[in-house]
Amino acid sequence: MLSIKNLRVSIEGKEILKGINLEVRPGEVHAIMGPNGTGKSTLAAVIAGRDIFEVEEGEIVFNGKNLLEMPVEDRASEGIFLSFQYPVEIPGVSITNFMRTAVNEQRKYHGLDPMPANEFLAKMEEKKRMLDIHAKLANRSVNEGFSGGEKKKNEIFQLAMLEPTLAILDETDSGLDIDALKVVANGVNKLRRPDNAFLVITHYQRLLEYIVPDIVHVLFDGRIVRSGGKELAMELEEKGYEWIRSEA
Amino acid sequence: MDGTNTNYNTREALLKLFDERIATYALSDSPEVITGRREAIAEFARAGFPHTKLEKWRNTDLGRVLNNGFTFPLAPLAADVDLEEIFRCEVPGFDTYMVAQLNGWFIERGNKLAQASQGVVVCSMEEAFEKHADLIAVHYGKYTRVNNNSLSALNTALARDGVFIYVPDNVEVNEIVQIVNLVQSAYPVFVQPRNLVILGKNSSLRLVHCDDSVDDQVGFINSVSEVVLSENARLDHYKLQNKNDRSALINNVFFHLEAGANLSTNAISLNGGLIRNEVYVRLNGRGSHADILGVYLMDRDQHIDNQVFVDHAVPDCTSNELFKGILDDQASGVFNGHILVRKDAQRTNAYQNNKNILISDKAVIDSKPFLEIYADDVKCSHGATVGQLDSEAMFYLRSRGINADNARMLLMYAFAAEIVNKISIPKLKLRIDDLVKKRLRGELSICDQCVLHCNSREQKVSFEIDMSKI
Ligand SMILES: Nc1ncnc2c1ncn2[C@@H]1O[C@H](COP(=O)(O)OP(=O)(O)O)[C@@H](O)[C@H]1O
Ligand SMILES: [Mg+2]
Repeated sequence: MLSIKNLRVSIEGKEILKGINLEVRPGEVHAIMGPNGTGKSTLAAVIAGRDIFEVEEGEIVFNGKNLLEMPVEDRASEGIFLSFQYPVEIPGVSITNFMRTAVNEQRKYHGLDPMPANEFLAKMEEKKRMLDIHAKLANRSVNEGFSGGEKKKNEIFQLAMLEPTLAILDETDSGLDIDALKVVANGVNKLRRPDNAFLVITHYQRLLEYIVPDIVHVLFDGRIVRSGGKELAMELEEKGYEWIRSEA
Repeated sequence: MDGTNTNYNTREALLKLFDERIATYALSDSPEVITGRREAIAEFARAGFPHTKLEKWRNTDLGRVLNNGFTFPLAPLAADVDLEEIFRCEVPGFDTYMVAQLNGWFIERGNKLAQASQGVVVCSMEEAFEKHADLIAVHYGKYTRVNNNSLSALNTALARDGVFIYVPDNVEVNEIVQIVNLVQSAYPVFVQPRNLVILGKNSSLRLVHCDDSVDDQVGFINSVSEVVLSENARLDHYKLQNKNDRSALINNVFFHLEAGANLSTNAISLNGGLIRNEVYVRLNGRGSHADILGVYLMDRDQHIDNQVFVDHAVPDCTSNELFKGILDDQASGVFNGHILVRKDAQRTNAYQNNKNILISDKAVIDSKPFLEIYADDVKCSHGATVGQLDSEAMFYLRSRGINADNARMLLMYAFAAEIVNKISIPKLKLRIDDLVKKRLRGELSICDQCVLHCNSREQKVSFEIDMSKI
């Protein structure tokens, strides 16, 4: 599904990703762990198409298509979703309008007519129920005045609405209390299907108790220095990142 | 000298017109009004048209539009235009009591205000001069600044017609009064409407004032309105401006608020070659409050200029200014906010903000706050921002599949929505919301005619905005 080969990325002349290789297959959950400043968010943003980064070398192929030549919005319509580490506040744009626009734009990309309004509203309700989100989201501006937990839940809500094939969760767990963490994790688990995949970026092993990964990668200084099963996350938790640092 | 480099000498033509007309005016106007006209024309003769060497006009140049051979309509010329055609399409749900001016002249359409029996008057200024001489004597010309405002002087000297509104004490007007100021002419036309609005004690009014072009002929509209709010009166006022690109619209509005009065005025500028709104608010009685709002969406070579002068003359008043604008292409803008807090005006609370988004790097805005404070117990703040669309927000929207153009439009719409959402007449808010969307999509043109009477509304379901059409 996703194939990253020898990806080298820099910003302002500074190399951040130094040759990433990653293969994600349908149905899999991959975890990416690593200390702060190591390039996790950069990797996520480059897959999603953030253009402030310079791709120096390498390729990202998604379902047979070269992602690096695609504008951000087309990548989304092709099935990439990024849950932001720091979701952006957009005053004046209601969540309903935002999601309806996004859903219909993606439908347009696939040659489909806009979703009828009642169907769309029903879908919003269904997803909220499924995710156990009770807040009256509809008329609030996107992320404006939301608490940290609300912002992250809102990301998962968007994920549920847009039904991507590859969801990248960038530290969706950080700053969450245990209840919010469970909402997020349960949501993801309910959305798991044999034909989609998740890339879960996290700093802590805690989230992985709820979202059990198939493969864990350790990113250190712009390189994946270790990959393994879910035990790797436990080991990392026990020994700390110092262990990786000494190995690297 | 008038400081403008014109082939056609509009100033001389107007001075000559005054000499020709003044004898006729003297037949019907009171001696006091005639004296006012003579003083005003003297001021205009002295100062001429504003020019860019004047500090307050540095970035707004009337030179180009004045360089036209204008006609000065002395009658409504209603025969030239099928008014019923213009008013044909009614807007579902937005019922107003509508009065129209064509080329500055009131058009009698035979409609009747429901609360006329309670003494509410909406009529032409011509009629008011005749039938309401007592009110004219007390209020007419009493709030207008003629000195240092040669355009108001010119209007005071020559204006004959416009809309007169009077609401007696303790009457709340239920109908929304809508003034539609249309300009249509086969020739470049110079139009000077003059309006007077008098609200009695504890009265209230909702007033929507539309300035529209009907065609793409050159128009110079030099409008003056005086608006008096007696004690505890409330006015909810909107200016909707949708002029063609060859027009200049000068809109001087003088608000006078007595104790406890509450004003909200909102200038919505959607189109226009050159628009200059000068708003004067005198807070003349304790506990009076003014919200002065505006939003402008300009592109191509359009120019918008908002001048706001708030005069805190007495203690315990509050004022709140917020103007937001989006400028694209080579459009230019000026915002000048002047808050004066006089020596006695203790416990004044005055807030002012102007926020701008420049879409292209050729668009410019000159935003200047000016606080002049002589009292010591005062809360005042001002701010001005000029920026581009937020690139983080753009990425966020696009990462959900929204293409770049639509994401940009959504952000512009959201920016303008802060002002649109303050419109307190729900149906008007929907109308303006539609117009803003149309404007941002480039679909709004002057063939929409009156801004409240354009093509049928977008289908609204449960959403504030039907983005699928954007
Ligand atoms: N917009 C940016 N401008 C400059 N440097 C950046 C920018 N974004 C990230 N970086 C740098 O890239 C490196 C990796 O950052 P990031 O990918 O956010 O790490 P992580 O998500 O693993 O904490 C850091 O050194 C950070 O300072
Ligand atoms: Mg990060």
